[in-house]
Amino acid sequence: MTLDLLRFTTAGSVDDGKSTLIGRLLYDTKQVFEDQLEHVAQASVRRGGEGALDLALLTDGLRAEREQGITIDVAYRYFATSRRRFIIADCPGHQQYTRNMVTGASTADLAVVLIDARRGVLEQSKRHAFISALLGIPQLLVAINKMDLVEHSQARFDELVEVFEGFAEKLTGVSDISYIPISALNGDNVVERSEHMPWYEGPTVLELLEQVEVAYDHPYDKPTRFPVQWVIRPATASGAGAASAPDAGDYRAYAGQLASGALRRGDEVAVLPGGRRTKIAAIDTYDGELEEAIAPMSVALRLEDDLDVSRGELICRPQEAPTVARELQADVCWMTEKPLRPRGRYLLKHTSRMATAVIDEIRDLLEVRTLERVEPPAELGLNDIGHVRLRTAVPLVFDDYTSNRRTGSFILIDESSNETVGAGMIN
Amino acid sequence: MSVAAPPQLSHLRALESEAIHVMREVAAEFERPVLLFSGGKDSIVLLRLAEKAFRPAPFPFPLMHVDTGHNFPEVIEFRDRRVAELGERLIVASVQESIDSGRVVEETGPRASRNRLQTVTLLDAIAEHGFDAAFGGARRDEERARAKERVFSFRNDFGQWEPKSQRPELWNLYNGRINKGESVRVFPLSNWTELDVWEYIDEEQLEVPSIYFAHEREVFVRDGMLYAWRIGTELVDGEQVFTETVRYRTVGDMSCTGGVRSQAATLREVVVEIAATRITERGETRADDRASEAAMEDRKKDGYF
Repeated sequence: MTLDLLRFTTAGSVDDGKSTLIGRLLYDTKQVFEDQLEHVAQASVRRGGEGALDLALLTDGLRAEREQGITIDVAYRYFATSRRRFIIADCPGHQQYTRNMVTGASTADLAVVLIDARRGVLEQSKRHAFISALLGIPQLLVAINKMDLVEHSQARFDELVEVFEGFAEKLTGVSDISYIPISALNGDNVVERSEHMPWYEGPTVLELLEQVEVAYDHPYDKPTRFPVQWVIRPATASGAGAASAPDAGDYRAYAGQLASGALRRGDEVAVLPGGRRTKIAAIDTYDGELEEAIAPMSVALRLEDDLDVSRGELICRPQEAPTVARELQADVCWMTEKPLRPRGRYLLKHTSRMATAVIDEIRDLLEVRTLERVEPPAELGLNDIGHVRLRTAVPLVFDDYTSNRRTGSFILIDESSNETVGAGMIN
Repeated sequence: MSVAAPPQLSHLRALESEAIHVMREVAAEFERPVLLFSGGKDSIVLLRLAEKAFRPAPFPFPLMHVDTGHNFPEVIEFRDRRVAELGERLIVASVQESIDSGRVVEETGPRASRNRLQTVTLLDAIAEHGFDAAFGGARRDEERARAKERVFSFRNDFGQWEPKSQRPELWNLYNGRINKGESVRVFPLSNWTELDVWEYIDEEQLEVPSIYFAHEREVFVRDGMLYAWRIGTELVDGEQVFTETVRYRTVGDMSCTGGVRSQAATLREVVVEIAATRITERGETRADDRASEAAMEDRKKDGYF
């Protein structure tokens, strides 16, 4: 079963052609509408363009971004071909780079890393590849851009591939890296094949995006994880429609979205953190009962035994249970000015559970520039990533982030400002 | 309930599943949510998603419509019928009442619109009922400011959106923490496109107001758009009323929503037409977005949907 929806992320600045690449993908797949095109044409002229459409302008969003000619925030863009729908998380390269890249990467199945063929493998490209790997993106598409400015040279391409390969050895968790020589400006090897680089025989960017597999293609390969979000109980519900609920009786179902794996009616399951066992009596949906549900479906489970399960608990198979603990370690990306310090107290949201958490220790700092872990600092500042040990007031039911992105991730919330201040990956 | 085979997880079903997850998170984490229902196609999809998320129980929130008083009568009729079928409660927040009570001043002249006034009525109703979360049908593909908006869009105690200080939104972990007086607009259809919405309506065989299908109507041309003529419409020099076969791509206030020439009379025909269209829905049909380069961004900062 193949999901025909691919989420991917790009990161970079105007200089390396990220916006032009996205604009080119949208334009060449005929996803740009006439009114948008008219708008871009006007803006191109206003900014002194000489008649050529500046496709990068297609990705402009907010007023401040147009005024300053930069991207401030992650933007989401959509396009489709006859084979697949695509969601692009388009991340700015400069301002708040780590915070934005982490955000964009958190939901992506693939990352497009841009390299300027003239300037070589710069820090920003490395940083993006590293953060993509850290966020568990298994596939990198390395687009070596501006090939037109290096005379479409195969030697230059091979040289850059070699440099990047040397760097990529240090990345863990990346299973697949593809290299494509492109010119986003001229459209070479983006959607259309390049006439200038006959030596390149691989897929174009779009062909690759259409073909890659996504995580949910193999639901049976992962253990079953079903965090309970909401209990459906018509009998106790209030609200205008309550009286009209049919045979409310003692109907009780546990609603949620399968984070991974599959469930069948009759399966023996455990409810964690308590560990009580029961069987799946029925898998309900609005469209009728199912024999089987697979990730990422949203369903409602009825259980054979009358257990009082609540939001925040997790249903799984007894023989493949995740970790249940009140203490954990994680790489935390810090996203706010006020630093993270030992003994700091935060709200932690993990799957459908909210818990108070206290930071016990900052164990090290990940130096994104060198990809090395260095001596623990006194605090983590904005855009820092460090390994942290923390405790929670209630037990959490979790997996390693590398084996399960849904049950291995959490966010930290500042209790006084309510801001989302940290993103954690358990390991 | 009948026993069905496990559905293929098409992109539509993946988007559906994600939206149901968002709705259940809101129901669990907020005290007084509300679902904004306009009778338009996006909020029609929201209602179906709410059924999928919460049935056989009633919805854990009421529905609310901000009625400009200039809505298409076909839409109001549909709205009331759909709410009755669902057996849910509808709150109508009236722009006319905001005008009558002096909260807002009606624009005058031939180009007068109640579009901007809606914001005051909406914010007043949210405050009056103490709503802390409001579901809306907005999508990121609609408009460039919306492309940057979160699924959980935080609004301060003036109901305003501050695009530069949005909370980062990671994985599917939504932060619904707010202080009293603040609220969150929640957009379960953030990742849907207009075509997704129509394909979903077609797959689910959802009823939509008749104005979404081709029909004959008295219209006039203004700023290149086809507006519905109704009693009281002030025409400007040279504008003439004539009959045309049109349908609507969006449902808004009659005063700022244009129709498109179309022969699409069924859901399938609408899907085919949308798949082939070369103009965005808001660009083609919404005068409110044409006001300036950042018309939507500015209205959202004020507290608009």
